Amino acid sequence: MSEKYLPLAATIAVFLILFVAGGLLYNNFFSTLVIGDILADNAFVIIAAIGTTFVILSGGIDLSIGSMIGFVGVVMANLDAAGWHPLASAAMMIAFGAGFGALQGFIIDFCEIQPFIITLAGLFLLRGACFMINLDAVPLRHPFVAAFADASLPLPGDGFLASSAIVMLVALAAGIVIAHWTKFGADVYAIGGDRASAALMGVPMRRTIVKIYALGGLYSALGGVVYALYTSSGYPLAGQGAELSAIAAVVLGGTLLTGGVGYVAGTLFGGMILGLIATLINFNGSLNGAWIMISGGLLLFLFIVLQRFLVGSLRARSAT
Amino acid sequence: MNRPAPSPPPTKPALSDRLRAVARHRMVWPALALALILIVDGFVSPGFFAIRIVEGRLFGSLIDILYRAMPTAVVALGMAVVIGTKGIDLSVGSIIAICGAVIAWRIHAGDPHFVILLLALGAGLLCGMWNGLLVAVLEIQPIIATLILMVSGRGIGLMINLIYGGTNPSFTSPLLQGLSVGHIGLVPTRLIVGAGIFLALWLLVRRTAFGLFLEAVGGSPRAARLAGVNARLIQYSAYLVSGLCAAAAGVILTADTHTSDPVSEGLYIELDAILAVVIGGGSLAGGRIYLGGTILGALVIQALTTSILTSGLPPEYNLVVKAVVVIVVLLLQSANARAAVVSVLPGRRK
Repeated sequence: MSEKYLPLAATIAVFLILFVAGGLLYNNFFSTLVIGDILADNAFVIIAAIGTTFVILSGGIDLSIGSMIGFVGVVMANLDAAGWHPLASAAMMIAFGAGFGALQGFIIDFCEIQPFIITLAGLFLLRGACFMINLDAVPLRHPFVAAFADASLPLPGDGFLASSAIVMLVALAAGIVIAHWTKFGADVYAIGGDRASAALMGVPMRRTIVKIYALGGLYSALGGVVYALYTSSGYPLAGQGAELSAIAAVVLGGTLLTGGVGYVAGTLFGGMILGLIATLINFNGSLNGAWIMISGGLLLFLFIVLQRFLVGSLRARSAT
Repeated sequence: MNRPAPSPPPTKPALSDRLRAVARHRMVWPALALALILIVDGFVSPGFFAIRIVEGRLFGSLIDILYRAMPTAVVALGMAVVIGTKGIDLSVGSIIAICGAVIAWRIHAGDPHFVILLLALGAGLLCGMWNGLLVAVLEIQPIIATLILMVSGRGIGLMINLIYGGTNPSFTSPLLQGLSVGHIGLVPTRLIVGAGIFLALWLLVRRTAFGLFLEAVGGSPRAARLAGVNARLIQYSAYLVSGLCAAAAGVILTADTHTSDPVSEGLYIELDAILAVVIGGGSLAGGRIYLGGTILGALVIQALTTSILTSGLPPEYNLVVKAVVVIVVLLLQSANARAAVVSVLPGRRK
């Protein structure tokens, strides 16, 4: 196996180990029901994390994800009250997400400002906009929302694949195609690998950066749509901290934070690991939410150190 | 002849040159922003600048801004040092939560309160050591290295609460509350504490070789290393400074509410602190530490918050206004954006 697959392999191994450990520790854990639940509950984070994967692959970062999820939900709920069909408002919000991301990308490239601080401003702006529209949760009442929440595909065993999980898997497939079978995908990897070389080789810098953040915004808006439909409400605090979960999912998925190395598919497993930890802690019952935070941080630490040594060994080999 | 002849033509460019030099000074923009906010406040709410003495202490909106800005300003000072070395510390909010939990825990365990103060600062130092280890020794990207403690720190705070055996334990401590909400003479104690921290850091950064090394490492770690500076040690110590500053803010914030609330204490303070540094003229690219500008930045943020509250606008507007201010400040700092604006303006330079 090529070395470049090592982080991805490590991610899948950790997922399997955690899953088997859960199955040995608790009754009823080994079921497609648990898998289906993890997929459905974390679909919105994983969708957003797919977009973040592109941003991180290019060596950037996007902190506006959580606020985008909240904002999309709040606007959709208000448009729902105004009589819009959820699909129409969803399409509009996804377009808005792409536009907002593109604007962030443009400012980042044009003003040569660190992505961290611009997307931080985006975080403030969108969360503030949520609060300006609503302070309380607003329900989505359109019959389509209930139909979406109930729709599911049966899995072998007791489990089922909820509609949000289906949307996530389709979004993942699209992400994989974009990353590995398009020129844009190759450009993303090139910029993340070595910005200067990519520019010299003729990668259109500004256009690619704008597209990367537009894609990030599009995926987080889609995550927001799925979250709003899944919870059938728009809540101004929704998705708070989701940017951290998304970044953690990308890192756990084996994408190097220095950019240029990683796989979109890994992000699925990264997000699933986070969901699996929360599920394990829920199954235990005696552990509380504090453990979710601590174990999340611990896993992040282990993976980053692992990456660190992998990169170190690769570099040492290429130097000799 | 030493001086040029005092003829009319040279005086005019000299004045505009001097103005331009003033405009280029890094402190001018945050100071102007602060002045603008305060002037608007003065118009919106009469008596904004009035400072009275109530119950033996200074009282008024200006004092209130200083008072409320203090914890963020102290965190931002530590952040300025870290950012000066090309780093960033996202974990300051979590450090505050951990400090609060340590304080509540040890007070209920019956330790002397002065020892508890040292323990809280020690907890911050320990967090700083962890961050420093990841960044300087393991060479992990600062954003991600400090993200680990940011994600797990509040959980650690909750766990410490559990050791003591409850959630959000409250306490009383004359010493710690005196530091936070007390006053010495007319002046709130926390302003004196804040001024002390500022002075200590200013001496460290501007009057010692260590300060020089901090900026050298931020400017170019490689060049600093070639010049014989132990870059790792310098980076490492920057996180200690940041951890200590966050701990000091943690003591003040925890004693203010006399409750340890790890979930929401100091939430988003890392963002405000980073913002304060950026508004104060610091670049995230590192190499420069502007402590005075950082204080101004923290005051700008707090003045904005206070004026939104006093102006009767709903507090929900706070985040949006803050975002707009960040974007404007960033655009002002960007050469490309300035050039674009200048080229659009009719009849101005080129």
